Amino acid sequence: MAKILAVDDSASMRQMVSFTLKSAGFDVIEASDGMEALNKAKDSKFDLVISDVNMPNMDGLTLVGELRKLGNFKFIPILLLTTESSAEKKQQGKAAGATGWIVKPFNPDQLLKTVNKVLG
Amino acid sequence: MSIDISQFLNTFYEESFEGLDIMESELLALNVGEADTEVINTIFRAAHSIKGGSGTFGLNAVADYTHVMETLLDEMRAGQREVTQLAVDILLRSVDVLRSMLLSLKDNEDLDHETIATTHSELEKLLNGEATTDQANSSVTNISTDSVSGKIEDVSGWTIVFKPNVDMLQTGNDPVRIIRELETLGSITVEAHTDQLPEFELIDPEQSYLSWTIKIAGNVAEEDIKECFEWVEDECELTIVANHKNSTVAAPILEEAVVHDEKIQDDRRQDDRRQVERRTSSKTAAKKPAESSSIRVNIDKVDDLINMVGELVITQSMLSQIGGVENFDAVALERLNDGLVQLEQHTRELQESVMRIRMMPISFAFQRFPRLVHDLSTQLEKQIELKMSGEATELDKTVMEKIGDPLVHLVRNSLDHGIEMPEIRAENGKDATGTIELNAFHQGGNIVIEIKDDGAGLNHERILSKAISSGIVKEDDNLTDDQINDLIFAPGFSTADVVTDVSGRGVGMDVVRRNIRALGGTVEVKSEKGVGSVFTIRLPLTLAILDGQLIRVGSETYIVPLISIIESLQVNPEMLNSVTGTADVYKLRDDYIPIVKLYDIFGIESDTTDISEGLLVVVENEGRKIAICVDELLGQQQVVIKSLETNLKQISGLSGATILGNGTVALILDINGVMTLYHDVMKSSVLQDKYGKYIAA
Repeated sequence: MAKILAVDDSASMRQMVSFTLKSAGFDVIEASDGMEALNKAKDSKFDLVISDVNMPNMDGLTLVGELRKLGNFKFIPILLLTTESSAEKKQQGKAAGATGWIVKPFNPDQLLKTVNKVLG
Repeated sequence: MSIDISQFLNTFYEESFEGLDIMESELLALNVGEADTEVINTIFRAAHSIKGGSGTFGLNAVADYTHVMETLLDEMRAGQREVTQLAVDILLRSVDVLRSMLLSLKDNEDLDHETIATTHSELEKLLNGEATTDQANSSVTNISTDSVSGKIEDVSGWTIVFKPNVDMLQTGNDPVRIIRELETLGSITVEAHTDQLPEFELIDPEQSYLSWTIKIAGNVAEEDIKECFEWVEDECELTIVANHKNSTVAAPILEEAVVHDEKIQDDRRQDDRRQVERRTSSKTAAKKPAESSSIRVNIDKVDDLINMVGELVITQSMLSQIGGVENFDAVALERLNDGLVQLEQHTRELQESVMRIRMMPISFAFQRFPRLVHDLSTQLEKQIELKMSGEATELDKTVMEKIGDPLVHLVRNSLDHGIEMPEIRAENGKDATGTIELNAFHQGGNIVIEIKDDGAGLNHERILSKAISSGIVKEDDNLTDDQINDLIFAPGFSTADVVTDVSGRGVGMDVVRRNIRALGGTVEVKSEKGVGSVFTIRLPLTLAILDGQLIRVGSETYIVPLISIIESLQVNPEMLNSVTGTADVYKLRDDYIPIVKLYDIFGIESDTTDISEGLLVVVENEGRKIAICVDELLGQQQVVIKSLETNLKQISGLSGATILGNGTVALILDINGVMTLYHDVMKSSVLQDKYGKYIAA
């Protein structure tokens, strides 16, 4: 069972992502900001990271950069949740080492489609 | 798979309201001109979260609205836009509009489209004052829509040349994934080019050396192909060529993105329409209460609780072990006693832990005041500084929700009537800026909230003349300063010369006092002319549990709230005065205290009707005292208050009931109600004039 780290400071988004993924049979660990995510990432292996960009303590871009420095996460897909307005953000995300993005707003089906695409 | 995400809507609403509160307080904290980036960032983040969530949960009106705010804030954050007072004001108004939008959506009510449109256009105007990127985009949109739609027709297939950059793998993108995705669009043939592959020993597994030519057959849209490469377009060399005579190179990516944008916008508009329709049809649905029914609890409190339950289980097993002993001797008895003592302690701690879960810091009630003071002082052209302390003081959630309105009223009152205009303050040698202080702290079993201003203080002459003209008091009543101050809480009392928007509609302080009393609390005012006023609210820590004194009258057991008892005493017949056989008063030191006979007002039988044989419990409520005549004082204990109204109806003189340890039901006395009952009895009596003032309002 693939294990996914879901990072978002918004509880509703986090719950929605987590619930959707769990319903599809994934193992999901949640984190509410970049710092928490990084700590959880250090403790464990993940097959995919899905993270919001704007978060307190540590934002999504910094998180991607930090994760890529960890041996375990060098080639792990990391998807950023962005809003459609921020084309610039997508580029920044790529520059930081993100694999791709999921554009907000999205529905559970779109999320699963993207995740399945990445995890094969 | 279809997943219902509406179950997360409530969480979304809750966090959005929190986000709005944060936006509001941070906007108020912004220094116009030299704004702190971190503050703007916090505001931006809150707006961004609301936007993202609202879009996901299908609240597109909210998403659209927040989008403009977000863009504005994003520009401020990036230093492209100055933080002006105008911008802050418009943003603050937008926060209000957003809050009411979310409230309406939450309660399935219609949106106030007019207000939304007004502030929306204000925001747009502010945004377009400098930035013009939006307009530039929209002109591109029109062109690209035409050019793209012309191309998709009659294509028989595509040839794609895909050459990843050497380090593409390091962003977690796998070429195989992309090829597999292409396969879902149509039948493909893939040719791998290995010419860049180095000698085996030289291969770095972290790098990508291969490239591919992929042929895809069928009428496939170019966008769909590009979407497969969306994440890697900057990390590879990519050419997509249509296998068709007429069409050649791919349209620029930017255009495609814009088209995508517009499509989303269109979809949203339709969604909005649908939502409005749906909402209108469900308009008749019952209104939900505005108070939130869920509660956020610090994890420490829950851990405490779990810990306590663990202790309780240990104690329980220890007790059942003792119960299983065959020869119950003195040693076992001692252990049993120890166990019971422990059980009592754990039960109490458990109770306290559970109560703590309902406790929230009073900052939840205080947080609206910076905004309120900011807005009102601007409106009244007064200079006012708000100081708050004790925001961490914890209060029961229900009490918190109900104390909000009275607090707002008192603060408004201090702003409007208390603090003078700057000129007048300067004339009187005061600082032109007035101060309002909100303090919260624990005192005994109570929460005390003070609203203190350094304004003009209460005007005794005006209060008195107003009270006399309204018939609340008589001209020859000799009132102390405190009693005059207290008159402002009398029903229908308002001294404002001009009824303003802010306060002084005549319904006011009496409602404040009534609401606070309904919470089992009190409110009083101390004031000094020219120096200022202090309103002090005392509230019980919780509404669910009460420290009570059990008393017995005949066969009935009643509970008197411990907090209102001053003393209990044996009757000294010499101090007993009977006034024409109807009203009895007891002389306690310098006071004459009316004696209330419960058997009279509740119509029950007691052991004795001779007062000198019973006991007196002297209780106080808002400065008034009565002595309740009882047959016996039983004991003191904490009782859980059960509402009478749930099963019966409200009965004056009683605030509720509880179940005692032996299973019987005891009624809880409402001291204020008992006084009113007694007062009613006295009213019919001719003696009222002479002795009634001890109990009269």
